[in-house]
Amino acid sequence: MGILLFELALTFYFAATIISITELFKGSKITSKLMFLSVVLGFALHSLSIIYRYFTAGHLPITNPHEATSFFAWCIVLIFFVLHFRYKIGLLSSFVMPIIFLMMLVASFLSRDIKPLSPVLQSYWLGIHTVFAFIGNAAFAMAFGIGIMYLIQEHYVKSKRLGGLYERLPSLQTLDDINYRLITLGFPLLTLAIITGALWAENAWGRLWNWDPRETWSLITWLIYAIVLHARLVAGWRGRRAAILSIIGFLTIIIAFFGIKLIGKGLHVFL
Amino acid sequence: MNVLVVGLNHKIADVEVREKLAFSGSKLEEGLLRFRELPEVEEAIILSTCNRVELYANVRDVKKASEAIRQFLSDFHNIRREALGGALYIYDDVEAVRHILRVASSLDSMVVGEPQILGQLKDAFELGLSKKTTGFLLNKLMKKSISAAKRVRTETKIAENAVSISFAAVELAKKIFSELSTRVFMLLGAGEMAELAARHLIGNGVRDVLVANRTYERACDLAKEFNGRALNFDDFIQEMVHADIVICSTGAPSYILQKTQMQKVMKERKQKQVFIIDISVPRNIDPEINELENVYLYNVDDLQGIVDTNVFERQKEAEKAERIIEEEVETFLKWQSSLDSVPTIKALREKAEEIKNEELEKLLNKLQDVGEKEREAIEYMAAAIVNKLIHPPTAALKEDNENKDLLVAAIRRLYGINGEKSED
Repeated sequence: MGILLFELALTFYFAATIISITELFKGSKITSKLMFLSVVLGFALHSLSIIYRYFTAGHLPITNPHEATSFFAWCIVLIFFVLHFRYKIGLLSSFVMPIIFLMMLVASFLSRDIKPLSPVLQSYWLGIHTVFAFIGNAAFAMAFGIGIMYLIQEHYVKSKRLGGLYERLPSLQTLDDINYRLITLGFPLLTLAIITGALWAENAWGRLWNWDPRETWSLITWLIYAIVLHARLVAGWRGRRAAILSIIGFLTIIIAFFGIKLIGKGLHVFL
Repeated sequence: MNVLVVGLNHKIADVEVREKLAFSGSKLEEGLLRFRELPEVEEAIILSTCNRVELYANVRDVKKASEAIRQFLSDFHNIRREALGGALYIYDDVEAVRHILRVASSLDSMVVGEPQILGQLKDAFELGLSKKTTGFLLNKLMKKSISAAKRVRTETKIAENAVSISFAAVELAKKIFSELSTRVFMLLGAGEMAELAARHLIGNGVRDVLVANRTYERACDLAKEFNGRALNFDDFIQEMVHADIVICSTGAPSYILQKTQMQKVMKERKQKQVFIIDISVPRNIDPEINELENVYLYNVDDLQGIVDTNVFERQKEAEKAERIIEEEVETFLKWQSSLDSVPTIKALREKAEEIKNEELEKLLNKLQDVGEKEREAIEYMAAAIVNKLIHPPTAALKEDNENKDLLVAAIRRLYGINGEKSED
């Protein structure tokens, strides 16, 4: 049942991704409605699959790589909805749906077994720490998509060749403002995630900071976004630079998220 | 009776020269009257805009008159005659007529098709009429220019060009900024195109307007018109810190804003996006400024490039406009040549003969039995009356008269001789 829900969600996200990519070349009201409907259905099924898993496992389903990746994708869709209703940004889905779909695809290849929860994870910190971390990272993922849109639109305006997507992409300032807002949302959440993670580590292992690879990468990510915010407020690093930094920032998150699993084991055993 | 144009425009003269020769404000009326008082000049109109200063005249001797007008310009504006040297163009006859018609139709404008020049020409004509410096020739020519300009506007798409350029500028602004109503707009300099674009921006919600101009009064006038604030021209770089959209059209001969200056401005405004539109020819803003981050600099050619989706179409429209001008020039010249005394004398005689013959025929038809002798006597008398009646005007036309043009026009009017169908 849980698998079926997940697979169906994946299928709808796939459909939405295909439609949103074709929209880059030729869009219409019908295609964008169809796309949005697919995302809504995908999200509903995805939510159900998470809830189902919660009841099956008896704890928050964020305790193995499959669950974490799936939950990460879920958070991004959630922020996508917020932006969609708040700003009505043209072509946003074309830049965000592929990220969501890829993440779900990766999740589908990871082991979906529900194993008994290790003692370390049996803590109320699990919910607090991970929800902060994932919503924060989802905001950064969205900032990544917005950053790419900014660079594309900026290229059109700067080079004075106003073809392609120029007409349908939003204004530079809109994109820059949203990028800034997403980072100001993501940064405090990431900070809280690191603090709660440290408190949890203190609780579980008796040390606040263990230089475990995930901790280190989180710190690097945190520093990058700290620079983004600081440079913006002090030196006026906005627009192109902010866009590039938010792209780099998200790439480090991806490394932190998936890469570390590949290169070795740390204390974040569950991921 | 010759049309003469002496003047300069943005294509051949820098703004410094144009400014020196401009008849601005109260100088225009005084200049016009003094221009008309030149002995070589019979009719006079002065067209003075940001981009051109042109003197139109009806003269008898082109060479003498153009010399006199040069002298007048140098006297009136206190410029050495040598300094005027190559900075003026002089057209007469067909070329003069064609030039004036092209100016009126905005084919000679910096931005082809901009609509304000026709209004400015009308104003110049109105002033001439009210000060009585014009006469039948320039009046006719001005009316012709206005009707030709209207034909060009309605029959070709030339006028859309200027509108679409300022439209393109506004569309670009909307792709750079999320909300125009909160942006600060600075108008640097003045000019037909710049003001058109400014109006478009304001029409799209821009409220905060700063105006800087070399002439402070002009800045004040424009500021009043746009509900904005006038700046000292020297302060414009400091004020650019606040400006998000800048339209520049000062017509300075070189760059008035360098890259290093703009760098400082950007630093002070914390790198907030700036959209600069440089309409000036030659350009006023160092094109390298576009390389700075968050600065988007467009000049007229860039905007034209955006609008020019169909170069071929535009060329076709331009050719169409030129054809209309040629047609209108031709009809004007036809009318003008009809004003010569020889064809007028001929036409007058023909008209008289025609009337005489008609009346004779009528009379002789009524009087059935008229003898050969009586008939001859009647015909003789009719011919004598006609000859005596048309002799004085004919003699006057043959004479070398000061006001011959006027006389020709008067005779044609009084006797109802038309060289061309009237358009008025």
